[in-house]
Amino acid sequence: MGYLDRTVRSFLLAELVAGMGATLRAFFKPKVTINYPYEKGPLSPRFRGEHALRRYPNGEERCIACKLCEATCPAEAITIESEPRDDGSRRTTRYDIDMTKCIYCGLCEEACPVDAIVEGPNYEFATETREELMYNKDKLLANGDRWESVLARRLELDAPYR
Amino acid sequence: MAHFFLHTMIGQVILTVLEALAVLVPLLLGVAYLTLAERKVMAAMQLRKGPNVNGPFGLLQAFADAIKMITKETVIPSGANRFLFLFAPFLTFSLAMTAWAVIPTNDGWAIANINVGVLYLLAISSLGVYGVLIAGWASNSKYAFLGGLRAAAQMVSYEVSIGLVIVSVLLAVGSLNLNDIVLAQRHVWFCLPMFPMFIIFFISALAETNRAPFDLPEGESELVAGFFVEYSALAFGLFFLGEYANMFLMSGMVSILFLGGWLPPIGIAPFTWIPGPLWLIAKILFCLFVFIWVRATFPRYRYDQLMRLGWKVFLPLSLVWMVLTAGFLLATGLLPQGGAS
Repeated sequence: MGYLDRTVRSFLLAELVAGMGATLRAFFKPKVTINYPYEKGPLSPRFRGEHALRRYPNGEERCIACKLCEATCPAEAITIESEPRDDGSRRTTRYDIDMTKCIYCGLCEEACPVDAIVEGPNYEFATETREELMYNKDKLLANGDRWESVLARRLELDAPYR
Repeated sequence: MAHFFLHTMIGQVILTVLEALAVLVPLLLGVAYLTLAERKVMAAMQLRKGPNVNGPFGLLQAFADAIKMITKETVIPSGANRFLFLFAPFLTFSLAMTAWAVIPTNDGWAIANINVGVLYLLAISSLGVYGVLIAGWASNSKYAFLGGLRAAAQMVSYEVSIGLVIVSVLLAVGSLNLNDIVLAQRHVWFCLPMFPMFIIFFISALAETNRAPFDLPEGESELVAGFFVEYSALAFGLFFLGEYANMFLMSGMVSILFLGGWLPPIGIAPFTWIPGPLWLIAKILFCLFVFIWVRATFPRYRYDQLMRLGWKVFLPLSLVWMVLTAGFLLATGLLPQGGAS
């Protein structure tokens, strides 16, 4: 019986017809493609993209040069130099991230006691030269200014889980 | 005016050229858009969108591809036979075009309404194997060579079952004239009484045009691109066009032999208002859709499976069916006498 069943099925192309039915159903389904540069997928508030150095609302930079991020960075991508400022507070004179070394693990962000260094939602920072990926303090602070509203919102959303 | 075109030498030449253009220009446009349609349909079946950037719905993609193809450099391998290497794509392409001379698009609307139309089609589609074989051999590359061999073996094998299927159709028609074949389907399309043959013919047509799931000659996973590994730019474009034109041709053959050519499904009012050529085009487009649909559905056959299917399944089946058809027609006295005349 099994043999007969199988033979009849193979002569009636049962499996082939079933397969074509599956593709025809897919043909009419809504498509999952995202028109990338014009449409983007959703990002988690924890998404780890391009780095930024944040400031306080009064414009004072948050970083206190504790160098925890530099110490924790597994790729040794962060270089910090610091000295006391005229008003006695300790600040960085140099804060460089080698974005070609960075592995986007987010440990710097986790180590930071003042939420100064954060990884933002931006992942579209491709450059034409390697040099452009050696970020300095100016670039990171500029990133912070540019993304501040988004960064604050992300931190707020993620706060309950930290 | 009619006298000039029908009875003077120059008039006839002009008329022939115009007729050829009337077939070739829509055909080439169709081929261009078939490539786009294939990408779109395959994309839809894989839940993607397909090309949609060039023009509305990506409709200009075909032309973008053509421009890219034309402006690229034609690389000719140093070991290749220059003449044959460049001759092969032209052969494939021109053969795919030549066959359209006998395809009737309406009652009597064929460039050459010859009485051996089916034989002509069979001959032309069999010649197509030369383009592939020459390309594979002239490239002087192992992948191209293997691809060419596979293509030749495959096309020859499936031609046998195609031939036998056509014979059973011809038995029922009693004529080799394509016009008569279509007219013989006035009452019922041959795809109904000869349904198994219809399926066999369609599957053999897939193998004949080297389409998935029988695209072994260009199996990317083992042969890179098969017989046209070494081709680039315009030569590659011609192969591509030829292959797609062959798909059109095979769809045309399926439509004429089994789907009633230009005839509407039922010969009553709302269907007969639509002119014949449109029916033929609709049927060809349907067949092409199924070509693409099959490609989106099935994985590639293994070479021995392909040969087994051709020689041990299709050949006996079509042979038995041919004998059955002949016996049935003889026993019921339906065997057509005389035919075309």
